[in-house]
Amino acid sequence: MSSITPQASMTTPARRSFLSGFGKFTLSATAIALLAGRDRLALIGSAEAKAAGNDVTILNAALAAEQEAIAAYQVGASSGLLQKPVLDLAVQFQGHHKEHATALATTVKKLGGTPVAAKAKYTFPVEKLKTQADVLGFAAELERGAVSAYLGAIPILDDRELAKVAASILGDEAMHWAVLRQALGQPPVPSAFVS
Amino acid sequence: MKLPFALFVGLTLGASLCQAADGDAGKGAQIYQRCLACHSLEHNRSGPRHCGLFGRPAAAVPDFTYSQALKSAGLTWDAATLDRFLENPLKAVPGTRMAYAGVKNAQERADLIAYLKQATHDPAKCPQGSSH
Repeated sequence: MSSITPQASMTTPARRSFLSGFGKFTLSATAIALLAGRDRLALIGSAEAKAAGNDVTILNAALAAEQEAIAAYQVGASSGLLQKPVLDLAVQFQGHHKEHATALATTVKKLGGTPVAAKAKYTFPVEKLKTQADVLGFAAELERGAVSAYLGAIPILDDRELAKVAASILGDEAMHWAVLRQALGQPPVPSAFVS
Repeated sequence: MKLPFALFVGLTLGASLCQAADGDAGKGAQIYQRCLACHSLEHNRSGPRHCGLFGRPAAAVPDFTYSQALKSAGLTWDAATLDRFLENPLKAVPGTRMAYAGVKNAQERADLIAYLKQATHDPAKCPQGSSH
């Protein structure tokens, strides 16, 4: 068992929640070692190393998408096309993605992996972004895709504690998507289920 | 009576399999939205671009860094290989970086593949130079 490590603003409730359930579970040797700060040692020779490696791959895929989202929001925020209060919203959402990325990278390290680095350059369809609505539509596409990406990652994470935190990120992405759709004049929640 | 019934069952089953194989590109466009956190048609994202996908060997977009697993997979992308990969990427190519549970519904995969086929052959969506 392990957990995605959120930034300070998110740490207390998650930690409290974890601690409140502490007595209810039998912690694996891996989890105990992780909590003791012996992250890499926890994986050496362990039957759980393979599972942790699988989770590292999944978390790194999520991290790469979060880094790209951060860059995309930067393009939007710097475009001069977003007017307040939409601009503030974009910056806030970008901040959320930064928090996700920090948490994911920290967790990858804790699991003994190497977090993927952000690309030096991202290619976005900037030639198609001519209005505020274009930027919002592009951001909505990314957020909608992020919901699906996390939905596709959660079932294959071996560590259910990681899956739980990934689900909390999914919820955040879904809220971003809904707000962006609302700003575009679209039904904010287009269906009862997401896929 | 048994033979005609068996024939009927066989034809019905065959017909339904054919239906599953005939994807609806319009529906596939909706399903493709699930991919947009990591992929786009024209540009590499955290996943590679899809323009030029059909007939391209796996791990062959020149300016994209792939996992060793996909490089070694020996796949060439067509409807059949895509169907198998999309159903469960990590099972089809263990070690791939496409950490996604997969599109489990066969009809949805067929729709998605139909969309990819159509879109990647559309010069408006995949202009010259984006297919390599």
